[in-house]
Amino acid sequence: MTTRYTATAKTLHWAMAILIFGLLALGFYMHDLPLSPEKLKLYSWHKWAGVCAFLLVLVRLAWRAAHRPPPLPATMPAHLQFAAHAGHFLLYALMLAIPLSGWLMSSAKGFQTVWFGVLPIPDLVGKDKELGDLLQSVHMVLNLVFAIAIAGHIGAALKHHFIDRDDILTRMLPRH
Amino acid sequence: MKKIVLATALAALLPAAHAVEFNQVQPDKSAVSFVYKQMGVAVDGRFRKFSGQLAFDPAKPEAAKAAFDVDLASVDTGAPEGDQEVAGKPWFDTRAFPSARFVSGAVKPLGGNRYEVAGKLSIKGRTQDVIVPATFTAQGNAGVFDGTFTIRRADFSIGEGTWAKFDIVANDVQVKFRITAVPGK
Repeated sequence: MTTRYTATAKTLHWAMAILIFGLLALGFYMHDLPLSPEKLKLYSWHKWAGVCAFLLVLVRLAWRAAHRPPPLPATMPAHLQFAAHAGHFLLYALMLAIPLSGWLMSSAKGFQTVWFGVLPIPDLVGKDKELGDLLQSVHMVLNLVFAIAIAGHIGAALKHHFIDRDDILTRMLPRH
Repeated sequence: MKKIVLATALAALLPAAHAVEFNQVQPDKSAVSFVYKQMGVAVDGRFRKFSGQLAFDPAKPEAAKAAFDVDLASVDTGAPEGDQEVAGKPWFDTRAFPSARFVSGAVKPLGGNRYEVAGKLSIKGRTQDVIVPATFTAQGNAGVFDGTFTIRRADFSIGEGTWAKFDIVANDVQVKFRITAVPGK
């Protein structure tokens, strides 16, 4: 059995990583800005990038279903293997749920998402202030959980590299 | 001769017997809203408070008159920070200019239930001529007037300074209204 990721899987992983860091940083930054044309522009960009992230995670899941990732090292204890799988499951679940919550929040707040200002994405829910506020809280809490999960993901990769000294981190790097 | 006098008198009376003047505006069954584009995305809002005088007799539409005042501070943009921003100086400047006013001029019947109302719209100390297409529909004893017209926010200096460019908030703003009125007693 191969111990390598496909080049596509690596590209998708790092493209998502860049996009997600940008989205998280932009999201936390723009939220507190006073209303200005700049803020409205940043919100639109955030929404467009969020749609991209959602589509990318679908591509990624499809690729993953067709190309099983390499197994974890046999030296890893069972409970840590379980934790690794659970962690990855959580990351994927959040990568799906966060854009969905943002999209629904936008609709409920009366601001339709139009991808790159060109492609209107249908509103699944109508304008509804209370629902909008609720979805805003949901979007925020999911992102806080996401930030923690990403920190755990990075921490685990570093532990594999520097403490366990296995190839878990390096096998996700290009040219490996 | 008597017959002719009688017929003339009847003819004169007949329209009067049919004449119904809708002149009592029912604010709870009326609405003033707007749609504008924000980075290509249509966003709508409304005004919670407005008042008006109206006199419309379907038999004599040309004589119709309307005057409306919209309380600009009652704007509902869908977000509290939006409401606050739009009430401020760069937008409506509601402290200096609390209301928008529309006063009708000539009313032209376009056939069927459609009319074209010329009028003057004043917002933020600036007055512009506007042409407002409207339809009239009888609903029970009430008359419902629906219409949509487009204004350019820059004509009224709505959205100045950093908002003056149209790349984020478009110049065109569609104003929609539904006015329900009943005949006065």
